[in-house]
Amino acid sequence: MSHSAASFGRPRVRVMDRVGSGLLQVVLVLVALFWLIPTLGLLVVSLRAEQDNNSSGWWTFFSKPAQITFDNYSNLLASGFSSSFWNTILITVPATLLVIGIGAMAAYAFAWIDFPGRDALFLVVVALLVVPVQIALIPIAKLYGALGIFGSVAGVVLFHVAFGLPFAIFLLRNFFTGIPRELMEAARMDGSPEWKIFATIVFPLAKPAIASLGIFQFLWVWNDLLVALVFADTGSQPMTKALQSQMRQFGTNVDILAPGAFLSLIIPLILFFAFQRYFVQGLLAGSVK
Amino acid sequence: MAALPKRQRLGPSPSLAWLFLAPALVLLAAWMIYPVVYSLFRSLHDATGNTFVGLANYGAIFSDSATLITIRNNVIWVVVAPLLVTVLGLIFAVLTERIRWATAFKLVLFMPMAVSLLAAGVIFRLVYEQAPDRGVANAIITTVHDAFAGSQGYPGARPRENDAAPASVENGAVVTKQVVRTGQPALIPLVGLSPDAVAGFAPARPASGDGLTGTVWIDTVRGGGGTVNQIDPEEKGLAGMTVEALQGGAVKATTETAADGTFAFTGLPPGDYQVRLPQSNFTAAFNGLTWLGPTLITPAIIGAYIWVWAGFAMVLIAAGLSAIPREALEAARIDGCTEWQVFRKITVPLLAPVLLVVFVTMIINVLKVFDLVFIIAPGSVQPDANVVALEMWRVSFGGGGDQGLGSALSIFLLVLVLPFMAFNIRRFRRDER
Repeated sequence: MSHSAASFGRPRVRVMDRVGSGLLQVVLVLVALFWLIPTLGLLVVSLRAEQDNNSSGWWTFFSKPAQITFDNYSNLLASGFSSSFWNTILITVPATLLVIGIGAMAAYAFAWIDFPGRDALFLVVVALLVVPVQIALIPIAKLYGALGIFGSVAGVVLFHVAFGLPFAIFLLRNFFTGIPRELMEAARMDGSPEWKIFATIVFPLAKPAIASLGIFQFLWVWNDLLVALVFADTGSQPMTKALQSQMRQFGTNVDILAPGAFLSLIIPLILFFAFQRYFVQGLLAGSVK
Repeated sequence: MAALPKRQRLGPSPSLAWLFLAPALVLLAAWMIYPVVYSLFRSLHDATGNTFVGLANYGAIFSDSATLITIRNNVIWVVVAPLLVTVLGLIFAVLTERIRWATAFKLVLFMPMAVSLLAAGVIFRLVYEQAPDRGVANAIITTVHDAFAGSQGYPGARPRENDAAPASVENGAVVTKQVVRTGQPALIPLVGLSPDAVAGFAPARPASGDGLTGTVWIDTVRGGGGTVNQIDPEEKGLAGMTVEALQGGAVKATTETAADGTFAFTGLPPGDYQVRLPQSNFTAAFNGLTWLGPTLITPAIIGAYIWVWAGFAMVLIAAGLSAIPREALEAARIDGCTEWQVFRKITVPLLAPVLLVVFVTMIINVLKVFDLVFIIAPGSVQPDANVVALEMWRVSFGGGGDQGLGSALSIFLLVLVLPFMAFNIRRFRRDER
């Protein structure tokens, strides 16, 4: 971003600006390092043998780069961690798609169909945005017990869909109301059925908003620990829960935790860098949750 | 946001709306509304769920010492974390406007938001490792500490234990036996450090001068030899020792030894003194902070929280900043306002609505903080770091076995969030108008 203040300054001021700007660069580089180093540390620890991690700090890696090894990763995958990786995908993908589908339908009704009580009902949705997950843990555990889906992937998915819906409806409804009215009315004049307008006009137009919602919901579900902790069992547990169960002996099994944590964050990071534009848009559109 | 257009009856019938809404409404009703009602009901019953206990569970929240600690911690969190996140976000947003690599900077700071809090917790467990040769936080702190304080300890150094030794140990400190007079340099010979440990030190030298002076040195020579209680040329001085001059038991002055082990008090009136090397000289070297101990655990976790959320605040505030009319800022600058004045009088007031949204979002988020505390605090320290959201899980699922109390805690959490729910609704209605 260009800053034109310097061009107004007299030469002396410009020199001061130069010095100040140099200092600023240094400070911001330090801040950026501060933010990078912890994750870098995790990566390096995950690539070092257990005895190396026990005897010296990960930063010594840069003076002795020979110690790199993938043993921690192969040991982790051999220990059955890969099944929790699949569970994470089995939970995250349907939970994301369902939230988009169900949320878009509801948002369409809120944005483009007149019905009595619409505004009041939408306020309920806005209110539900901030309801803590904790409120539902005990009641839903009881409900799942009665339905026989406690511990199943389906139970975890449904929970995530329900708690993702207020944000989904809020975000998409706000986007849908911005679609030109003429477009909608022309389609209705033509006698298109409502589901067709939804599928052929609104849904394609809303792609950016849906991408934002998708990446948010994906990250929330992928990164969730609490819901999995309560509702998943050892057969359906995602990576976060599998890793959490290793936390108790932190000192002794860094060689499991570090590669596990890194594997769990690599896909979100790739998605984040690929779709960061949508991520920021979604953030700006609905910074409430 | 523009007001909703008033629609004439061209659209579909309301019944179609309910069809579109049905799946969402069923899920919201069953997974969010019903649980609130059930939790209210359940919170009025005991652990078994069969006995009605009225408000006893709520009473327990505010009387049990363990839950009171969780509430205290939540208060600390709410007071400290949202403010720090918002202020840091504001600072970063303003500063990045002036650099070319702002996008890269924002990406780096924003990145933790994509990472699970579990992974962030593991990351910070590594950062906060106690041993300075394993945990990067203590590695940095001890390096900085040693660079500035300089006085690394000399654990193991001690005077000889015989009558001829000029100094002896008193309560962990080394004290001269004889009175030391100004103008007569004191000799404080120590042993107990191997010749290898002191090999790199400067040779000891006798002190000189009119004031109260002396030398602290290791009175041994590799392979033996040298005169006991005398400074021999091969013997090494102890640098950075804290030295105190005592008179009548009171400390009159403090100084430090130079590289050759000599010390000199300046400005002390002539007279008789006792010279003491306080215990701090002989304790082990500074080993960093106990981040994961009971005292520092909450600040340490808040540090990790800021690492996760500062980027969020920065991006939101930067978006608000880019919407501020540039002309207003330029006009103020041309009028001779300093950057600080522009920032305080124009930027911050114009940003106030965004700052408020970030702040409130952070409060809501902080009230529900769970994962970071759960992961970073070691099991034995968890009671000291506990927060309401974690306690709710602990009593209901994590071995507590009391879902009555758990329900009461979840309702308590919901009540804490209510004001911010109202804030959101009001903001939404204003935006709609």
